[in-house]
Amino acid sequence: MTAIGWAQIALILGLVVATAVPLGRYTAAVAAGRVAFLAPVERLFYAAGGVDPARGMGWKAYTLAMLASNAVGFLLLYAILRLQGVLPLNPEGVGGQSAWLAFNTAVSFTTNTNWQAYSGESGLSYFSQMAGLTVQNFLSASTGIALALALSRAFASGAVQDLGNYWADLVRITLYLLLPLALLLGLLLVAGGVPQSLSPYVQAATLEGGTQTIPLGPAAFQVAIKQLGTNGGGFFGVNSAHPFENPTPWTNLLQCWAILAIPLALALTFGHIVRDIRQGWALLAVMMGFVVAGVAIVYAAEAGGNPLHMAAGVELATGNMEGKDVRFGVALSSLWAVATTGASNGSVNAMLDSFTPLGGLVPMLMIQLGEVLPGGVGSGLYGMLVFVLLAVFVAGLMVGRTPEYLGKKVGAKEVKLAMLAVLILPAFILGFAAVAAVLPVATASVQDAGPHGLSEILYAYTSGAGNNGSAFGGLTADTPWFNTTIGLAMLFGRYGVIVPVMALAGAIAAKPKLAASTGTFPTHTPLFIGLLAGVILILGGLQFMPALALGPVAEHLVLAAGKTF
Amino acid sequence: MDATPAFHPGEARRAARGGALLNGPIIRRAMLDAIVKLDPRRLVRNPVIFVTEVVSILVTILAVRAAALGEPWAFQAGIALWLWLTVLFATFAEAAAEGRGRAQADSLRRARTETQAKLLLRGDDRTLWQPRAATELRVGELVLVEAGDLIPSDGEVVEGIASVNEAAVTGESAPVIRESGGDRSAVTGGTLVVSDWIVVRITAAPGSTFLDRMISLVEGAARQKTPNEIALDILLAGMTIIFLIAVATLVGLASWNGQPPSVAVLAALLVTLIPTTIGGLLSAIGIAGMDRLVRFNVLATSGRAVEAAGDVDVLLLDKTGTITLGNRQAAGFIPVPGVSEREVAEAAVLSSLADETPEGRSILAFARQRHGIAAPALPEGARVIPFTAQTRISGLDLPHGAFRKGAVDALLRSLGGEAPAEFRADVDRIARAGGTPLAVARDGRLLGAIELKDIVKTGMRARFDALRKMGIRTVMVTGDNRLTAAAIAAEAGVDDFIAEATPEDKLAYIREAQAEGRLVAMVGDGTNDAPALAQADVGLAMQTGTQAAREAGNMVDLDSDPTKLIEVVEIGKQLLITRGALTTFSIANDVAKYFAILPAIFVASYPELGALNVMGLASPESAILSAVIFNALVIVALVPLALRGVRYAPAGAAALLRRNLLIYGLGGVAAPFLGIKIIDVLLVLLGLA
Repeated sequence: MTAIGWAQIALILGLVVATAVPLGRYTAAVAAGRVAFLAPVERLFYAAGGVDPARGMGWKAYTLAMLASNAVGFLLLYAILRLQGVLPLNPEGVGGQSAWLAFNTAVSFTTNTNWQAYSGESGLSYFSQMAGLTVQNFLSASTGIALALALSRAFASGAVQDLGNYWADLVRITLYLLLPLALLLGLLLVAGGVPQSLSPYVQAATLEGGTQTIPLGPAAFQVAIKQLGTNGGGFFGVNSAHPFENPTPWTNLLQCWAILAIPLALALTFGHIVRDIRQGWALLAVMMGFVVAGVAIVYAAEAGGNPLHMAAGVELATGNMEGKDVRFGVALSSLWAVATTGASNGSVNAMLDSFTPLGGLVPMLMIQLGEVLPGGVGSGLYGMLVFVLLAVFVAGLMVGRTPEYLGKKVGAKEVKLAMLAVLILPAFILGFAAVAAVLPVATASVQDAGPHGLSEILYAYTSGAGNNGSAFGGLTADTPWFNTTIGLAMLFGRYGVIVPVMALAGAIAAKPKLAASTGTFPTHTPLFIGLLAGVILILGGLQFMPALALGPVAEHLVLAAGKTF
Repeated sequence: MDATPAFHPGEARRAARGGALLNGPIIRRAMLDAIVKLDPRRLVRNPVIFVTEVVSILVTILAVRAAALGEPWAFQAGIALWLWLTVLFATFAEAAAEGRGRAQADSLRRARTETQAKLLLRGDDRTLWQPRAATELRVGELVLVEAGDLIPSDGEVVEGIASVNEAAVTGESAPVIRESGGDRSAVTGGTLVVSDWIVVRITAAPGSTFLDRMISLVEGAARQKTPNEIALDILLAGMTIIFLIAVATLVGLASWNGQPPSVAVLAALLVTLIPTTIGGLLSAIGIAGMDRLVRFNVLATSGRAVEAAGDVDVLLLDKTGTITLGNRQAAGFIPVPGVSEREVAEAAVLSSLADETPEGRSILAFARQRHGIAAPALPEGARVIPFTAQTRISGLDLPHGAFRKGAVDALLRSLGGEAPAEFRADVDRIARAGGTPLAVARDGRLLGAIELKDIVKTGMRARFDALRKMGIRTVMVTGDNRLTAAAIAAEAGVDDFIAEATPEDKLAYIREAQAEGRLVAMVGDGTNDAPALAQADVGLAMQTGTQAAREAGNMVDLDSDPTKLIEVVEIGKQLLITRGALTTFSIANDVAKYFAILPAIFVASYPELGALNVMGLASPESAILSAVIFNALVIVALVPLALRGVRYAPAGAAALLRRNLLIYGLGGVAAPFLGIKIIDVLLVLLGLA
């Protein structure tokens, strides 16, 4: 580890926290309908949809509207992917995706996962990228944020039904938050060298006398929203490690900022909505604490290098550089790996498969802990609030009152819904991974033997169920088995959490808001921040320990003993 | 009719209050009950322990099968044994908690002897009655109860007055007066009329009397899970499912490289990970909490009410009897100019000779103590002027003078003429200081004033400070005027007061506090308190109160001591804290268990995982067995804590959380490392592993 490496990390994380303050306040204003500089455009949408933006919705209406809009989005994307061969803007003449792959891809982008079992430059037309994926990048992101706003409102006042209007939330978030930010970031990325073009791929003659196809496309703006919306699906196959997708350390800084900016800012938005900003800072502190701790472990592991190489005397002084780009180095690759997994983004700028065992363990654990550190846009906040309720419930009893959070009592119904949401990840990650570990049709896709091979399987389902979308690598995922099971993991990982969370929002909203006193469990103190972190580790992490012991932990110890498979 | 209950359960409860947690008979009985409770149909209510039992059965079958096939079976049998003990310790904990309550219920049952009631045939004629078994009385029927009779069932006195010994329910053997009308009309079945007679209208059907309810409550038969208990059960069930997934999937995951662990080992891992500690102790904690309340002579109609007590933000306390010593007491004689203090004292004594009220008694006592004036016997031929609500004056006409005392304005009006300015000033000063001035006159001449003062009970200020630290506001309710109320409130250290309070005022205050999102507790005894008692989140009714008040509240204090409300709140808090502390402890334990079991399970596939064996446990078998044994023993070790409740001292939430997180959270992480290591060493020493 170097001082300059840490300085780079500190610069980006500092930037994220600094922008979280205005961004958090602004998003709260958007949520409250106080931002209206595009009111005529807004009205156009409402008129087209026959929507009254002022009419509040209960949790069921809100959830049904969300599910309906997502279902339409899924079908549209599925159709585009299947039919892209006959659709316009296809200069390379790419054919339609197979049914398995199109299912997987459509689920992947509607659920904000952006797992990619294809490679963008060879598998998608410009039309699919723009009208299909980019549209879903916006919609899945604003869906997540809308849901988080609905849950936040449930805590804001007592005994209400109204969680806001889903359509108004969707339109406002897209129009006032995501579009302007993506426009700005897209322009900056273009300036930084990311292509934004509809021209066909370029054929170049190399110095060696061969020819090379250089892929192009409308990349910059799609990359902007892919990062801002914690989607993470790369325009090109190797994602942000591609020299066009992420050409320089500056674009890297911008993108890494964009990954964390909105999810972290939403913690403060929550504070504004419940009219107690300290609550928002407490959540932000937990999220940031895990990111910093995660980066420290990964950076230390990667800078330490591969013990086998060290023993052979071939290790570079810079640490483990296998699978990393020299223009980013160990520090920025480590930060990216933690940010992209903590934030449910899933874009990569280095090959996780090539990280040291501990360096690979941390990103996997960041997802398994529930994608709340800081998690996807919106999904991170509502996931975090589920953990907050559980933390308050378990430890809140210890102050001698039935537990409450922000004046809302946590009772049997809330605990049941919170536990349902928490159950999804272990069920789908461990369940599918256990089957895949013994099923020949699945094991055939796995590149490595020994504990590393298990990590590859485990990571794939972790990424899918956690709606992260990053690939560990070393796994041939475009098979019917993986396309289907990972697709299911993505679906349940998204909607299997959302439905109980929205029911939770309904239950919380209906409760009276009790006044606080010195007998009330404080939820903004360092003590609570530590407690919440502990609960996330124990309720979110303990169940994965046996699996992790067989994967990265075993690999780490075996490697230290000088053994390979 | 043999009517005298030979046994006073209330006194027995008091005796038991400071007694041992568990004694021989209770433990022996609990051991038997623990085995009966193994019935899976009963155990299914407790998901964590139910899963443990299912796993125990499975491992037992495997051990037997291995033995039959001549395979090594000792390890499996060892695991099976300790899994069964885990289940047994959990059922024992519940049985022990119930056993403590049952001892009390048995003593109560002896008071519920079969009685013959005197059923009146006509309401207006109490000579016309026929015998009827108490168990056959219906609601609304009238019975005659005479001296020496047991009151056959709960009811309302409609005619007559009698002194009643209520020791059967309250443990207090001094008789109390029960009369028709007013606030002392409720009678309880099983209590004994000592003198006179009353006609009682039956208000409770057989089997649902106060005594019946009390028995089923302390026995735990009527016990339903409280809301918070249900929520905790769901959390524990959810965690059980999560760990079931984590352990079951190990079969597949471990097959990736090597052999999956044996069923016995997976069973051991599962049972040590699921929260068996809190799962095993949860119902015992609830039963013990109710039991603690009963030992304080308070009956709650439900566990829900006890939990609500822990949540209370506002306490409405009656001034009289709770904050102050029941009645006002004389604290000074203040003469008008030209009269000596002794003259005032003597006139005050004579005017109070026939005054049997506590105020009147206190005037005599104060005069004796301060001026050495011994009260003479009531002279022959003296005419007593009784106090009436209209005149508000009382006194005595003696041959040598007419002595009067009374409310200042009333007496001055009857005297006519102006009072000296000095007297006016003195009277105002007394009122401002929270006292009550009385005027004293002789033969139509104003002599001076008597200062009556409310004496605040010692130690109340400290208790209110403690409550404030817990975040609870105390509100004094009094019929006094604002000035007086403010002075007493300041002296006692309460946060707020309601002066000149009517029942409607109380109700309005409670509604307002609840609208602000606060939970309110109050004490009441009269019928006019009933609406407020019903409205309050916790309503503590006095046993001496009316039937209406007792029905409206959700707790009854058998000692009729309004101060108890504070203890009730503390018991409610202690119950919740105990639950939270043991849950935290149980979950925190898992960390160490992983370090014991994971390396043991996987060391065959990856010998390098032995590096995780940070406790240096002797062998994989001893490590797994030690974790299982620790997991079982910790339940037994915590039974006393579950029954007694964790130590609770009033403090703010932040301080309580810090302390309990440190003890039960960090302690919960650390304790099993030590415990498992010790058990492992013992196993090796004993040659068992």
